[in-house]
Amino acid sequence: MAEVIVVTSGKGGVGKTTSSAALGTGLALKGYRTVVVDFDVGLRNLDLIMGCERRVVYDLVNVVKKEANLNQALIKDKRLEELYILPASQTRDKDALDIDGVARVIEELKAANFDYIICDSPAGIEKGALMALYFADRAIVVTNPEVSSVRDSDRILGILASKSKRAEEKLEPIREHLLVTRYSPTRVERGDMLALSDIEELLAIPLLGVIPESLAVLRASNSGIPVTFDQESDAGQAYLDAVDRFLGHKVPLRFVNTKKRTLLQRLFKAKEGAAA
Amino acid sequence: MSWIDLFRNKKRNTAVTAKERLQIVISHERTRQSQPDLITAMQAEILSIIAKYLGIPTDKIQEQVKVDVERRGEHSVLELNITLPESAHKALPKETAAEEA
Repeated sequence: MAEVIVVTSGKGGVGKTTSSAALGTGLALKGYRTVVVDFDVGLRNLDLIMGCERRVVYDLVNVVKKEANLNQALIKDKRLEELYILPASQTRDKDALDIDGVARVIEELKAANFDYIICDSPAGIEKGALMALYFADRAIVVTNPEVSSVRDSDRILGILASKSKRAEEKLEPIREHLLVTRYSPTRVERGDMLALSDIEELLAIPLLGVIPESLAVLRASNSGIPVTFDQESDAGQAYLDAVDRFLGHKVPLRFVNTKKRTLLQRLFKAKEGAAA
Repeated sequence: MSWIDLFRNKKRNTAVTAKERLQIVISHERTRQSQPDLITAMQAEILSIIAKYLGIPTDKIQEQVKVDVERRGEHSVLELNITLPESAHKALPKETAAEEA
């Protein structure tokens, strides 16, 4: 049975699309038939992050409005057999989506034998974001270790618990997962960044993973190759760990502590830090 | 600016400040979210009680009752402001304005 997953955050720029692409890629790498749906109508970017921007012909809005069928709009990833993308429209506005239309598309995706349907939510708490989370079975809340992101994540948790289909129909609530991105153990150690334990305590939902602040993420988006493919990189490995946890495996956390340094290195670093 | 800084007192740890501020704002917003109509409901009920005891129709005092919750430092202040219309003067010895903390 297909599961619908929303990747959401409230705040913009925290890494929803990067995470949607990376987690979708990770699930497909594990052999699960996965589709990533871009709900950011008017500002589509998933296509660019996944490197299929030149192959977009039809989009989600076309399918919702019955101007194209699902197979015409689905883009098959060139690297992975089991990975598909359903892009957002670039030209229309967020009102182009309606709940019945989105419900139909989700049903069609389920009928097309997908294991996981990942809904990449737009920022904000308006219609587009509500559409993306409405049908979710599980939610991945992407949070940066920073005050506005944590506060907005808390708002989104409130909305998941009140405005989703599962909430309205009083079904079992959405399973929530916390994904902390852009984490910098060095800054946490210096007392300049909220620690993982603080974020977990404030939001009080189970932790799915911690993605370190990494050049690999920028490089991945520059080249349109989800960072999960870069398995040499810290961020790529952290996303794969998160995928394993998502699938129910117990995996120890990595990249959450600073590397141990010798006394000399520490003195050198302190000097460097003071100069910066 | 040298390694001597290592021996000085550290500056206020801003991550701790961030956590404390978030704890307050998040708990406040959660209570508000779970009871969004609390203030409106309270206002309506207070209104009906005043109307009942002073014998004035509610529509006449509707705009004279204001209920607000305000945060002042670590405390929440429930503020209640009632201005009574002319007709109520006969029922009461003097004008009443109540403020509750």
